[in-house]
Order: sequence, then structure tokens, then C-alpha cells
Amino acid sequence: MTQKSMSVMHDRDLGKTSARQKAGKALVYFGIYAFLILMALIVLFPFYWMLISSVKSLEEYRLSTPTLWPRMILLGNYAEAFTTAALGRLFVNTLIVGVVSTILSLVITVLTAFAFARLEFKGKELLFAALLATMMIPGELFTITNYSTVTTFGWINTYTVLIVPFLVSVFYIYLLRQNFLQIPNELYLAAKVDGTSDWKYLWKVMVPLSLPTLISITILKMMGAWNSYIWPRLVANDEAHRLITNGLRNAFTDTTGDVNYPVQMAAVALVSLPLFLVFVFLRKYIMSGVSRSGIKG
Amino acid sequence: MVESKQQWKAWLYLAPAIVLLMVFTVWPIVNTVRMSLLEGYSGLKAAGGATFQFGFGNFEKVIQYRRFVQCLRNTVLLCVWTVPISTFLALLIAVALNSIKPLQKALQTIFFLPYVTNSIAIGMVFAAMFNIVGSFYGTQNEIIVTAGIINNVIEFFGGKPVNWINYGSSYMANMTVMIVYIVWNALPFKILILLGGLQSINKQYYEAAKVDSAPRSRVFWRITVPLLSPMLAYVIITGFIGGFKEYTSIVGIFGEKMGPPDDAGRLNTMVGFIYDSLSANNQGRASAAALILFGIILVVTLINLQVSKKRVHY
Repeated sequence: MTQKSMSVMHDRDLGKTSARQKAGKALVYFGIYAFLILMALIVLFPFYWMLISSVKSLEEYRLSTPTLWPRMILLGNYAEAFTTAALGRLFVNTLIVGVVSTILSLVITVLTAFAFARLEFKGKELLFAALLATMMIPGELFTITNYSTVTTFGWINTYTVLIVPFLVSVFYIYLLRQNFLQIPNELYLAAKVDGTSDWKYLWKVMVPLSLPTLISITILKMMGAWNSYIWPRLVANDEAHRLITNGLRNAFTDTTGDVNYPVQMAAVALVSLPLFLVFVFLRKYIMSGVSRSGIKG
Repeated sequence: MVESKQQWKAWLYLAPAIVLLMVFTVWPIVNTVRMSLLEGYSGLKAAGGATFQFGFGNFEKVIQYRRFVQCLRNTVLLCVWTVPISTFLALLIAVALNSIKPLQKALQTIFFLPYVTNSIAIGMVFAAMFNIVGSFYGTQNEIIVTAGIINNVIEFFGGKPVNWINYGSSYMANMTVMIVYIVWNALPFKILILLGGLQSINKQYYEAAKVDSAPRSRVFWRITVPLLSPMLAYVIITGFIGGFKEYTSIVGIFGEKMGPPDDAGRLNTMVGFIYDSLSANNQGRASAAALILFGIILVVTLINLQVSKKRVHY
């Protein structure tokens, strides 16, 4: 065999393998996309089922072969859900508790994080370590005593009981302190030279610079109020103060059997809607807050 | 002089948090330990002037209690099934997401969606999907009006419908539903963390592997997994901690009964047990159970940290 023919063969071999490699690569990508899209459909399916069931008539819902798209869109289910579960009242209650507790919690978090990040005092490190250690303890351990405490205070069935016990969150303090520590010292010293007080420096410089973290905290706190179930059920289970999640579960106690699912799904959709809106518009903040936490709500 | 002034000011900034923490965090810790060591402590009886003997009776009673053992078994089973399944699935999805360009952002958004939901509300949707309307007792002459969409899908592929959550359903069927729901719920957080980890891995490792023409599977096990191990350890630990506190997802699907209509409490968990004891005004028992739960979480976390110390590459 001549040298030339060998090199031609070599080239052809290379061409062949690269064509095969290309085909293999395309196949791998096809597999990856197929897997991801299948998983995405599984993830989305409950939402789809909730929405289409919520506009079906009960007769259509009860067909033995289900329809994948409603024959008739019945928005009356939503009106019925709204009145059955008294959602209006629940929305208002949850909004009051969510807004007030978020504002107060933000103020306390800012003050505490500032003290830990900027001010010097005895036992600072020890106190901070002790605070972080409490994050390990499951919340149920506190609930047992807190229940008797709020009973003694006479707070049962008030807004106070839904707001005050959870105002301090060690996790938020930790998050904000980390953010405060990143703000350069020079800024603080310059402000000191200018005669700016600590108080003014905190609210005029540090807080605006930490806005993304504060927004994350706000969203997580609001979502927490929206999704909280155990504590509100325990301490404020009356008409006037009941929160949304508890109210929803309360209005539709039966989960199995022949219940009016279309109306139930309409109520679920109404409760989920605000969360989706927050998700659509503020996804960035939620994801950055969550990736540092691991705590739901 | 200046020194002491700043001290004084720092405590002023801390005051609101300290006061609240004293009342709602520190005191409960002390009080829970106290109540757990007073045998048969009940707030109601204590108010009536009753005294309680000091001892470990509450712990002994809790452990011997049949209901508690059942709750513990449910909780452990849910953890042991859901944490590995959700971690593995999340890892696959994160790696797949990381390897594509078009549609990456859109798919990432879809996978995060279940995080921003209300676990009671979406639990009700899952219940609707698994629910059978009609009578279904595993006998002849049954009338099934609607088998539920999940059973419809099973029938479509030639399987037999299963009684998942209704009257007469089996423990295994109930647990399967719970595992599916909890995994669905746990995926977004894990995908988010793992994808973040993957994106921070230095590309040079992969280029070196390409030069050596290392096969995909070896690249995955020898480069991706070791470099991702801190994130994997993190999602596994938080997964176990969350798993041991499972409660609302079960309320979402089965309601307050915590089980199918014919066997209330069958799927109750550790947290459920604590609340039941509290509602029964048995704070001693509730405290003992809460401390046991804390102990379990502590041990599991320490074991995980120990294992990851050996396996995790930082």
C-alpha cells in the first residue's frame, strides 16, 4: 500500500467516525430533551388537572372516561368556591397577618443584623452561635410551650397570636448579616467622619444596599403566612381570624369519595393564584432566597 | 467611655429580638425539657394544683405507645423512600438541564414551579387525581363511576385500577401516593441547589476529560458527582430533616383524619403525634415526643455530616 492511499483511508476513517459521533451526539441530545420534557409534563400535570377540573361540570367530571379538555367552561364553580369557603374573609385575614408580620419582622431583622454586623459588644460571637444553634431545633418543640404561653396571655383567636411569636427569624438575621458584612468598612468610616449617626447610616446606606435580600425576605415571609397551617389551626381557628390554608382545609374536609371536586379544585386554584403571580413576577428573588435556605416559607 | 456607650447601644438594637426570643424560643426549650421530665404532666391539671413526679416516665410511655411506634415507622419509611428517590431524580434532571442550551431557562422555571405552592392545596389536587368515585372494595359487582385520572392512565396502559386512598385501600397504596406527592414537592429545591452547584464547577475539568476522551459515565461518576458532593450532602441532610417533620402533605391528601376513611391515623407521623398529644392536653407526652424527634434529627444530621466528611470533596 502506498503512503498516499493510506492517508486517504485514514481521512475516510476519520470522516466516518465523526459522522457516527455526530449521529450519536444527536441521539444523546434527543434522549436528554425527551427525558426533560417528560419530567416537565409530569411536574405540570397536577396544575393542568386542577385548572381543567375547576371549570368542568360535576357530570363531566364524573365521566368514566375523562375528558382532557372541558366540553364547556363553567366559571360558576369559582363563584361557588368563593362563597362556600368564605374565601373573601380568609384572603383579608391572611393579608392583614402577612403584611403586618412582614413589616415588623423586617424592622427587627434589620436592627438585629446591624448589631451583629457593625456594632461591638461583649459576647457577640457567642450569642450569634447560640442563635444559629436554635435553627437545629424542630419548631414543634417550641409550639408546645408557646401554646400555653399565648393562652396565658389571652391571645387565643386574635391577630396578635398569628403575628408576634414568629417575628424573629434567626435565618433571616443570618442572611441579612452576611449581606451587611459585605458592605465595605470604608463606607462606614467615611460616614463616621462626616458625623453620620449609626442609625442614619443603617437606614440611608446599609438598607438600600441590601434591598435584594430584604425583598427575598419579604416574599418568603408573605408566602409563609399564606401557607402556614399548623399554628393558625391551633390558636386562631375562629371565623374572624382563620387564615387561608386552614380555611381551605376546613371548608373541604372530605378528600375521598363522591365530593364536588370541580368546586374544590376551583377553590384550590384561587388559593394558588397569588402564589403563581408572585412566582411569575418575583422568581429571581425567591430562587436566590431559597437557594440559601432550604426552608419552605 | 465610648466603649461602654457602644455596648449599651448594641443591646438597644438587639432588644426587640432578645425579648421575643426569650419568650418564644429560650423559655420553650427550658420548659419542654422540664415538662418532659414530669411524669404525666398536663397543663390543665397543673393549673388545678396537681403535682407531678420527676422521672423518665413520659419517655418510657411514649416509646411503648403503639400509636407512637406506628408514627415513627411511617415517618422513617417516608424518609427512606423519598430522600433517595427525589435526590436521584433531581440529580438526573439537574445534569440534563446543565447539558442543554435552548429551552434551559424555560424548563428550569417549570421545574421550580411546585416549590411555590401550598402543600395543603396541591395535596387536594393529588387526592382528586387518585380518588375513585363509586364503590371499590375489591369484590364483585362494583360500581366505579370515575376511577380517577391516575387509574385511567394505568388502565390505558393495560393495568388494573388500584384503590389508592379510598375506603378499604391498602397501607402500601397509601404510602405510594404519599411518596409520589412528597417527591414531587421535594424536587424543585433539590434541582435548584444541584443545578447551582453544577454551574459553578470549573469547565476545565470537563475539557481535560474530553482530551483524554473519557466516556460520559466515567466523567459523571469521577468528575461531576465528587465535585457536586457538598451540594448533594446539603440536599440529603435538609431532605432528611424535612422528612422527619412531614405532616402537612399528609393532611393535604388525607385530611385531618391522617388516613383512609376506614383507618384514621394510619399515616400519622411524629409531628402529628406531638400535636395529638398537645390537643389531648398531655404536654408531658408531647414534650417527650418532641425531644425524641429532636434527638433523631440531631443523630441523622451528625451521621450525615460524618459520612460526608469522608466522602465529600471540598
